Amino acid sequence: MSENTFLLDGEAIPFVPGQTVMQAAKAAGKYIPHLCWHPEFKPHGSCKLCTVKANGRFVSSCTMEAAAGVTIENRTPELDDKRRTLLQLLFVEGNHFCPSCEKSGNCLLQATAYDLGMMSPHFDHFFPDRPVDASHPDILLDFNRCILCSLCVQASEQADKKNVFVMGGRGMRGRRIIINSESGKLGDTDFAASDRAASICPVGVILKKRVGFAVPIGERKYDQAPASVVEVTK
Amino acid sequence: MPDAPEKTIAAVLARHKGDGTRLMQILREVQEELGWLAPETITEIARGIGWPRARVEGTAAFYSFFHTRPRGKYCVLWSDNITDRMLGNRDLMLALCKKLWLEPARLSEDGLVSVNTTSCTGMCDQGPAVLVNYRAITRMTPERVDQMAELIRNQVPLDEWPADWFRVEDNIRRKDALLDHGLVPGEALAAAMEKGSKAFLDEVKASGLRGRGGAGFTTGMKWEICRDAPGSAHYVVCNADEGEPGTFKDRVLLTSYADLVFEGMTLAGYAVGAQKGLLYLRGEYRYMKDALEAVLARRRGEKLLGSRILDKDFTFDIEIHFGAGAYICGEESALIESLEGKPGRPRIRPPFPVTRGYLDQPTTVNNVETLAASCLVARHGGAWYAKLGTAKSAGTKLMSVSGDVERPGIYEYPYGVTVAQILADAGARDTQAVQVSGPSGVCVAAEEFGRRICFEDIPTAGAFMVFDESRDMFEVARNFAHFFAHESCGFCTPCRVGTQVVARLMDKLAENHGSPYDIDEMFKMHRLMQGASHCGLGNSACNPLFDTLNKFRPAYERRLKSLEYEPAFDLDAALSQARQMTRRDDAGAHLSNED
Repeated sequence: MSENTFLLDGEAIPFVPGQTVMQAAKAAGKYIPHLCWHPEFKPHGSCKLCTVKANGRFVSSCTMEAAAGVTIENRTPELDDKRRTLLQLLFVEGNHFCPSCEKSGNCLLQATAYDLGMMSPHFDHFFPDRPVDASHPDILLDFNRCILCSLCVQASEQADKKNVFVMGGRGMRGRRIIINSESGKLGDTDFAASDRAASICPVGVILKKRVGFAVPIGERKYDQAPASVVEVTK
Repeated sequence: MPDAPEKTIAAVLARHKGDGTRLMQILREVQEELGWLAPETITEIARGIGWPRARVEGTAAFYSFFHTRPRGKYCVLWSDNITDRMLGNRDLMLALCKKLWLEPARLSEDGLVSVNTTSCTGMCDQGPAVLVNYRAITRMTPERVDQMAELIRNQVPLDEWPADWFRVEDNIRRKDALLDHGLVPGEALAAAMEKGSKAFLDEVKASGLRGRGGAGFTTGMKWEICRDAPGSAHYVVCNADEGEPGTFKDRVLLTSYADLVFEGMTLAGYAVGAQKGLLYLRGEYRYMKDALEAVLARRRGEKLLGSRILDKDFTFDIEIHFGAGAYICGEESALIESLEGKPGRPRIRPPFPVTRGYLDQPTTVNNVETLAASCLVARHGGAWYAKLGTAKSAGTKLMSVSGDVERPGIYEYPYGVTVAQILADAGARDTQAVQVSGPSGVCVAAEEFGRRICFEDIPTAGAFMVFDESRDMFEVARNFAHFFAHESCGFCTPCRVGTQVVARLMDKLAENHGSPYDIDEMFKMHRLMQGASHCGLGNSACNPLFDTLNKFRPAYERRLKSLEYEPAFDLDAALSQARQMTRRDDAGAHLSNED
């Protein structure tokens, strides 16, 4: 094996020192399932879908720095099985009704679940009571679909320099996106539809008003190609 | 007449120089003055420290002891560890609610009082315990409940409540090298400074001293890595979060051995080259503040803290920070986040705190007991200390013994003591099991009582909860499952949702609706959370289930409704709201079950 490579499911993957396993894998066209990771932002490491086994130990591939000679298991039945369970946990944690969701076909959660062959939510739904925020003239927030990936937090902080969204609270019943205004309403912030954060949501929380279903279902991003293809080319 | 809220907030902000890293202290002090953290209060604080408002709210919303909704003039929280339950806390809480015409967790109509539960408050040897406006009260009884209801109804200020209620006992039952240290303040420090910092560090390495928080990292090595790590400043943090249910040894050390703890922190500062030490004390121990500050002041006067300690070229001082009800802050990187004013979320590691910790500088985080023990090493040398205990576990260990024993309290033993010995000394009878090291530790059954407390066998932070034959080990595990669901920080998916799924499965079993399928589900969640969680909380959250399922399976099996699948949905239970609204509970308001 050459100096700067590691083994991913038996295949040698080259890397540049400082790259994470996820970054190197993507560069080599290899898909490691993920939800909270996005190439533009610092890895968050919270969804745990990208969990791989590095030399036999479970680790998040989005935060692990690539190192020469490491043997990594990725798409094994054991790991994909855990990923399906994680997806199911996310589906029952929130209120996800794909058929009526504007994001259907463009939703990474839905696409990943299809790709990994998740056939049912399996667990009993929690049906949390999560409010919708329609206070902003151009944007609707539907927190029923939030998977707490923090991408909007990062985009608003790092790209937009606005800190409109902050992750706060504790545990499944408390953790949530907190809006940066005393009323807690998006309409009372300086958020704009042109912000990077307005288009970063991998699921259907942050939606632009008045553009619903512009692209018909069936012709959307993940209708054209599965997550495993789209996510290594984006 | 109290000052206007803006004045109060301004005064607190001025006291902390508008420093956002001190947000935890700012929020606590403002809340102590104003009762709760109103939206405009949070806006004002955010402006004062120059943070985005949402970030301040994010921290306030994370900690159980911060209130972003009105909490009432009296906030009564019942410690809900399994040991409190065994002492009847549930009945007492319901009795108090009844007397106050109140439902648990609801603020009374007149905004006077709320009654709820909280995670273990560290008074397991003198429970049932409560916190009233975050002041600890021990040994609750039905009589005290009656009196408390009267005091609240008559709006008697807390300072005028019976002083005896607030008495917290040490209950030290067995002393060994640490609790019988015989040192005078400054003696250990003088001995170390006589040797020089490098030579002292070598002594600590030679002593084999390991962390007492449970993980057992070698203290000397930790200090050496921290000392060698580059940084503009180094820090010593004493982890006094002591959130593991069933543990209360740090409370006793800080009550009666505070000099030893502070001297240990100073020694650590001397060894790693730090000038500042931070004691992170759990919010439940707020009542200790004045006594601890007094000890610090005295030590400054004795030249054991401050600049030119013992007239030598060494500067070090200690500050006390309070937590606010979050078990996760016992994890060292979450603790550091909290010290910086943020929600207690474990960091991605590496880097580890020893190289990048508090304010991104090299930081050694040590347990209260570890730091206290380092005084013995300083005074008597590494070789002397290494002779105590076992080969890989040098020294002694404080055990917090509670539950079904005649003499609950603190027992100090050299490492290597057997579970059976501790049980005998504490006066335990007909013991069924011992939960060592709290919910995240191990459940030891009777045939294993020959096992030893040491890193070679059962490592522990010191919790030792005893259950006799009359106890239902399923209920023990169910209490722990709810504890983890309550304390999960919510950062990673497996722990955030997994702990809730497990708690719900345990409730399903408790209601006699379970099947073997549900038990398999719990094993599945155990495997997922153990591998994929972000930190130790998620990794170990299913340990008690796993242990009790393996060792006390009949406690589970007699609850199973059938050997086939059973749905979680219970049609009759679904009608409970309708029954409450119509105030009916007669046979006609229930569905009859065919079986």
